[in-house]
Amino acid sequence: MPVSIPADSVGLVEPQVAHFQQPLKLLSGRSLPEFTLVYETYGELNAARSNAILICHALSGHHHAAGYHSIEDKKPGWWDSAIGPGKPIDTNRFFVVSLNNLGGCHGSSGPTSIDPASGHHYGPDFPMVTVHDWVNSQALLADHLNISQWAAVVGGSLGGMQALQWSIAYPERLRYALVIASAPRLSAQNIAFNEVARQAIMSDEEFHQGRYQKHNTLPRRGLKLARMIGHITYLSDDSMREKFGRELRSGKLKFGYEVDFEVESYLRYQGQTFSEAFDANSYLLMTKALDYFDPAREQGDDLAAALKPALCKFLLISFTTDWRFAPERSREIVTALLEARKDVSYLEVDAPQGHDAFLMPIPRYMEALAAYLSRVANEVSTDAQ
Amino acid sequence: MRSDFECIQRWIKPNSRVLDLGCGDGTLLEYLSQTRSVQGYGLEINPHNIAQCVERGVNVVEQDLDKGLNNFSDRSFDTVVMTQALQAVHYPDLILDEMLRVGRECIVTFPNFGHWRCRAYLGWRGRMPVSKFMPYTWYNTPNIHFCTFKDFEALCFQKNLHILDRLVVDQTHQGHWLSKLSPNLFGEIAIYHLTR
Repeated sequence: MPVSIPADSVGLVEPQVAHFQQPLKLLSGRSLPEFTLVYETYGELNAARSNAILICHALSGHHHAAGYHSIEDKKPGWWDSAIGPGKPIDTNRFFVVSLNNLGGCHGSSGPTSIDPASGHHYGPDFPMVTVHDWVNSQALLADHLNISQWAAVVGGSLGGMQALQWSIAYPERLRYALVIASAPRLSAQNIAFNEVARQAIMSDEEFHQGRYQKHNTLPRRGLKLARMIGHITYLSDDSMREKFGRELRSGKLKFGYEVDFEVESYLRYQGQTFSEAFDANSYLLMTKALDYFDPAREQGDDLAAALKPALCKFLLISFTTDWRFAPERSREIVTALLEARKDVSYLEVDAPQGHDAFLMPIPRYMEALAAYLSRVANEVSTDAQ
Repeated sequence: MRSDFECIQRWIKPNSRVLDLGCGDGTLLEYLSQTRSVQGYGLEINPHNIAQCVERGVNVVEQDLDKGLNNFSDRSFDTVVMTQALQAVHYPDLILDEMLRVGRECIVTFPNFGHWRCRAYLGWRGRMPVSKFMPYTWYNTPNIHFCTFKDFEALCFQKNLHILDRLVVDQTHQGHWLSKLSPNLFGEIAIYHLTR
């Protein structure tokens, strides 16, 4: 529990629910007859409705990006370091919207929700959703909130891919795209890690082809393994060394397969916590959405051609020790944007934390976000007058 | 406004595309976008400078010029500018080639090591010149490739580059009759406008 809610926090927040009766056609060819999105908002929408920022979440994120749900909350939302009054995504100036994507397990329609057709949990029958589909559903949420154009769409990692897709799919509906620690598509190595994670889940004997809820069980061990693998890739060698080194848990070697090293204990703990809170089918689906994202594919692998329709200005940020989505991957996007003659700025922030750096309040990173978004805020407020 | 920017601005066509190598705090690009409506990008490695570009709303890409301009395609810019950075790059000759591959024209400014004060400093004191304008000592200077106007023009001749315009100015970027008479001796800063 926070002793008291900090002054630069958005404070106590409550998720909201939007239900959409119209069918959503999905990239796979299937469609969802109706669906629900859970979202949170922080700050006030101005009279011209021009100061809205959409925050897109990464793999295991959701709608709770900032603030606290209750005074008992141990931790604030996942991007509380960047969102709040006076913070880079300044809720005194912006109206911030953050949602749980389709296929997630935190209230939006997904494998754990009830299929209205059958009255049972969707489970593995929930259709495969992609970054395309997410962005389409987010556009419907924008309609629902009566926001015709976002001041900015912002996301890190998988969230950055959504920001990129927004710029291509709805060029007129955003002024700025902020793409952080992201990539234009996964590398074979990235896909390989995802596949190992999926295999860990699917080979858990409690998985039951995804129908674990029917069997009244959960593939916890598989999900735990999947998260442990993921977690390794989110940190850098340096940050692991600094955090754990080769510290021994009990001070001596045990000559067995129990936990010897601190890093083992940490990974097991992280994996365990995650496996209690996240749905296995959602994890499978989200990793596939990552694998499938590749806007250049339809343009003969020409990313510049794919980005041609974009009208917004771009800011890209990468982190030096991020090996999951290394700076070179962000540079690929920058190069394509230059080729496509778009306005783009790019920063490579020196940070030891690896991929996870995009969630941390690293001064250079936060200052750049603040400076960039301050200009955006000025622009949308001038227009509003 | 730095008066060399005033000179450069005259050589930039309205609404053209400009790439500024080592763009510093983005002053030139901001100026060019205001006076010439250019679509400009700056390349820079200094985080403080990059932050200032972001504050100004200038497009800035973090990039080390010594690693080349491979991410830019041939003739993708009208003009490639490099002010006061030629002497600080590892391969000034290669960057010049790259500038004229990426852009149709280029504008380069650099300090003249053949200026009489430099000659006098080196000649009389026998030590590397240190001045208010070039305040570094030999071991901590970012400037690793000093040249004189004659050297630069010899390089242009060797590379078969066409000099469209040349201005020779003093530290305050004013032309002076002495520097017109004998640029290599009296000119402090060169501003070259080149094409291939």
